[in-house]
Amino acid sequence: MTVTVLERNADLGSQTLLGYVDCDVHLYPRNGGADFDPFLSERWRQHRRTIGGRSRQALSGTAAYPRMSPEVGMRVDAWPPAGGVPGSDLDFVRAQLLDAFGAAYGVILPLVGRCSDERNLEFGAAMSRAVNEWQASHWCDREPRLKASVQIPLEYQEAAIGEIERRAGDRRFVQVQIPPRGLEPLGRRRYWPILEACAANGFPIALHLGGTSGHPSTGGGWPSFYHEEHHSYVQSMEALVTSLVVEGVFERIPALRVVLVEGGFAWLPALSWRLDKHFRRLCNEVPHLKRLPSEYIREHVWVTTQPIEEPERPADLLATIEWIGWDRVMFSTDYPHWDQDDPRHAFKVKLPEHGRRRIFRDNAVAFYGLE
Amino acid sequence: MSRHVVAAVGEIAPGTCKIVTVKGREIGVFFVNGMYFALINRCPHEGAALCRGRLFAAMEADRPGQYRLARHGEMLRCPWHGWEFDIRTGQSWCEPDGVKARTYNVSVEPGETLAKGPFVAETVPVSVEHDYVVVEV
Repeated sequence: MTVTVLERNADLGSQTLLGYVDCDVHLYPRNGGADFDPFLSERWRQHRRTIGGRSRQALSGTAAYPRMSPEVGMRVDAWPPAGGVPGSDLDFVRAQLLDAFGAAYGVILPLVGRCSDERNLEFGAAMSRAVNEWQASHWCDREPRLKASVQIPLEYQEAAIGEIERRAGDRRFVQVQIPPRGLEPLGRRRYWPILEACAANGFPIALHLGGTSGHPSTGGGWPSFYHEEHHSYVQSMEALVTSLVVEGVFERIPALRVVLVEGGFAWLPALSWRLDKHFRRLCNEVPHLKRLPSEYIREHVWVTTQPIEEPERPADLLATIEWIGWDRVMFSTDYPHWDQDDPRHAFKVKLPEHGRRRIFRDNAVAFYGLE
Repeated sequence: MSRHVVAAVGEIAPGTCKIVTVKGREIGVFFVNGMYFALINRCPHEGAALCRGRLFAAMEADRPGQYRLARHGEMLRCPWHGWEFDIRTGQSWCEPDGVKARTYNVSVEPGETLAKGPFVAETVPVSVEHDYVVVEV
């Protein structure tokens, strides 16, 4: 086993970043749920205070797999000097992330409010709207480099579409966020009207790991360890990509674009190969597919980098990206979480110039229609 | 190599670290279990300020289900991805053969000796009555 570490690759840190786009930034309310109160009606303020959220797991409000650092796995040095939790202080987010390496944009993926998988559908709709307002006014208006992700209650179609249409045309919002762990795989028809609304309003969808489905997080049952659970994000992403392709979503909604955030990417070529192989044998079962599964994936699916794969031979990462497409990979940090990547050191291999520009900037600018 | 006075004995509380800059390098000087250790303040994995991490015991297990803590306070855990390093050797816990954080020799010297030189003590005033922590860089 050989491990490549910083000191052997000192020159990698100097790869110019050129005003990069960070496709995965997590921001938090300084005062917990109370920060959403200004955006909730009195009816839902009372509900939030006295009843609170109900997700599809026991011990609502806890993490199923507690992390080894406080506040569900924050970077230990990200606690703002002025107080509050990591990711809650704009000045510190600027100092530690946006200004530190000259980010052109940071895309917020809020993991707060549990909007999508709230069992009380009306409360989920109210929280979705509140978290959207909070992103726009509390973050984007104060820092135009920050872009927001539309929160929707996935199981409440009418409200979800209403929220998508409400944010359409508002350039503070660049995508619709959907957690990959839902009640059913995302390609199922019950979700098509929501996916159609995303495409019709020009929003790509971001699948960022999360969601409480009540199902075991792996196909083989509940993991015992966080180490084991962390890898299962890949399985969730594989299941959703497969569902979207095989159900025919991309035939039905040709304008739909999907970005997989924080689910890794080295598995994507292997999944494509297997789906193609089986399609050649099983195409009679899915005659609604007009092309090879890999072609739908190549056209409709983007990936973000963090937590980046670190192959034993670092240069193997270049071949992996080649298979996915240099125009489909976008850089992300996951700031301020414990497993975030540093833009200077995430890649343990020197990227070719054309690839570096695309991954750090051009792909995200095109994908989100920035500038 | 030159030897640098970085702290007075007693200045660094047990289980804590003083970060100093020597020859342009940030170095964390730790006082743990009655001894001083110095490591570069830069994680070999992704460059985080390593010495701002926390000190832990090594967690050992000979087989699943059997755990024990050893060497209390001698493992430094990076504040980012949690890579753990042996504070004595800088060796990575999970990749001991491949990954290492740079360590520096530390000694305690009486002020009397230091006054004679050839030590560098730009920032720490030295008096003959006290003992000092000296790092070799």
